[in-house]
Formats: sequence, C-alpha cells, structure tokens
Amino acid sequence: MLPPLSSPQWRSTLRSYGWGFRSVTDTVMSLVLFATYLGIGALAHDSHFSLGWALAATLLVWAGPAQIILISTLGSGATIIQAAIAVTVSAIRLFPMVVSVMPMMRTPETKRRHLILVAHLTAVTLWVECFRFLPQVPRDRRIAFIHGLGSGLVVICMTATAAGFGLAAKLPPLLAAGILMLTPLAFLFSTARNSRELSDIVALILGLLLFPLAAMLDTGVDILISGVVAGSIAYGVHRYRARA
Amino acid sequence: MSEFIGDWHALVILVVAGVIPNQIWRMLGLWFGGGIDDGSELLIWVRAVATAILAGVIAEIVVQPPGALASVPAMLRYASVVAGFLGFMAARKSIFAGVMSGEIVLLGGKWWLG
Repeated sequence: MLPPLSSPQWRSTLRSYGWGFRSVTDTVMSLVLFATYLGIGALAHDSHFSLGWALAATLLVWAGPAQIILISTLGSGATIIQAAIAVTVSAIRLFPMVVSVMPMMRTPETKRRHLILVAHLTAVTLWVECFRFLPQVPRDRRIAFIHGLGSGLVVICMTATAAGFGLAAKLPPLLAAGILMLTPLAFLFSTARNSRELSDIVALILGLLLFPLAAMLDTGVDILISGVVAGSIAYGVHRYRARA
Repeated sequence: MSEFIGDWHALVILVVAGVIPNQIWRMLGLWFGGGIDDGSELLIWVRAVATAILAGVIAEIVVQPPGALASVPAMLRYASVVAGFLGFMAARKSIFAGVMSGEIVLLGGKWWLG
C-alpha cells in the first residue's frame, strides 16, 4: 500500500523511487513477467543466441512480444531486414502508449530529457500500471516513482531471462507452450481491468476481432491496420455518446 | 566478453532488428507526447488506438502462435482465452484468476489430448 498523497514520505525523490521499486510486489504482472521472460530466455538459448545477447536484448529492447518476434523470426531463417520490419510493426503500439503516459507525469518544470528514461521503460506492463498507481502518487514525484517501478521490473526480467536461459534444456514442450500463452492472457486481462471508459472496452474487443480479418490482407502491417480502424471506431463511439 | 555477447554479427542484429525498431517509436512518442494535454480529445483517440493495437498483438500470438505454442490445436488456444475470460469475470476482474483459468484449460487440454 502506498502512503497517502499528503504524506511526508513523498517529500524525498529517493524515497519516491523506493516506493516505486517496492510496488513490483503489489502487482501480479511481476509474476507474469517473470514467467514470460523465463520463456524468452529459453527461446534465446534454443535459437543459439548467447546469454549476454539475451540479457542485452531484455535491457535495451524491453518489450516482451518484440523479443519473442525477433528471436522466432531470426530462428526460422528470416533475414535481418525481415526481422526488423516484423519487430517495427509490433512496436508501433509503443508510440501511442508513450504519448498517453507523458501527460500524466508532466509538470510545468518538466523538460523532455527528464522523460527519456520513462519513455524507454514504457511497455505494456508499465503502461497499465501507470493508470493504476499514478493517481495515488503526487504529480511532482511520478517520474521518480516510475523510474523505481520500471527498474524493479527490469531486475525481475533480467533475472528471469538468465534463469530461463539456464533451464532451457530441461523445459518440457508442454510447459514451453504454457509460458508462451501467458503473454496474450496477461495482456488481455490487465488491459480489460484498466478499461473503464466505453471507448477502451470497444477498442479492446474490436481490436481482437478485426485482427484476423486484417491478417487476411497479409500486408505485413496487419496489426497497424486493425488497430487504427478499431481504435478510430471506438473513438467515434465515445464522441457519439458524449453528444447524446 | 566475445563469448558472453556473441560475435559482432549478433550484436548488429540486436541493434538493427531489436533496439532501433522499438526505441524509434518510444522517442517519437516522447517528442510528440510533450505537447498533448491530459484529458484532450486527441489523447482519447491515441489511447483507443494503443489499446486496439495491443489487442492485435494479443490476437496475433493466439491466431498465429510462435514456437512451442504452435503445437497446441487452435480450438484449444481459443478455449483457453474463453476460460480465462470466464475466470477473470467470475473472480471480479482478477488478472491472476484469468491467467490461471486460461493456463489450466490449455495445459490440461494439451495433456489430455497427448
């Protein structure tokens, strides 16, 4: 539990960082991330990447689906360019996520460079947890809090990457399949729980349903097409409701 | 060191196909997001698109599964999502209950099918 907004606990930046770091124990996503990155470490091992490479990827890429796509496309014999395109398309979601997180942290004194690390740390989990945690954090301490929460999650995922890499040879296929299924399940329910506005719920449901249709086009940017169409329809529903 | 990271070729792949494709979107978001107000109409649209793209990533993993997940029949993968959703709703929107119900159906089903 976080201290109340008026608590003197929030006066120190370092302590705010600490509250963020500690908050990794207050979200089930930490557990899910740990298991997901066990799977990513194992996948990297089986695809003949080195441990250092797998750890560097977790630290520098910091997006689970992108790492899964990167390793599995390269492992299946794709060229660097093909892998880069596949990863670039899946990573487009990071753009609107960063855009929507920034206004929650900005104060009149905030410079853009203060937000670079927040932008790097932004991925699905952090994005979801921002909406949950930040209303309980004073605005001028939010950057420190997110730095803490983000670095806590990075520590968890680096540990899991190394553990998964070591365990790879002992991981039965059934368990490997179960671990890969964690990502869609956890993403789905954490987003569903955060969807309070009608526009978010419509965007989630339509986004799921429209992807298989967009995939038939086989354009290479199917996710972008279904995402923009579903998101815009959801926004239209919001506008219609606001006027009614 | 070279054994820990791998050869320079592996490192180039990581930067070109891993780091740049992700960071480019984050830094564009940082550049663009600096000028948007909390609660503006544009932000509502941006958030809806982010949610829908994420939904697309979720659907892609289930519909076109990577690695070991491809060995699980499609119907079982869809059943896992449905069971997860029922568990999620039954436990008053608990992520943990949703993930566990989905996993139980996936692993149990696959084990039973052999």
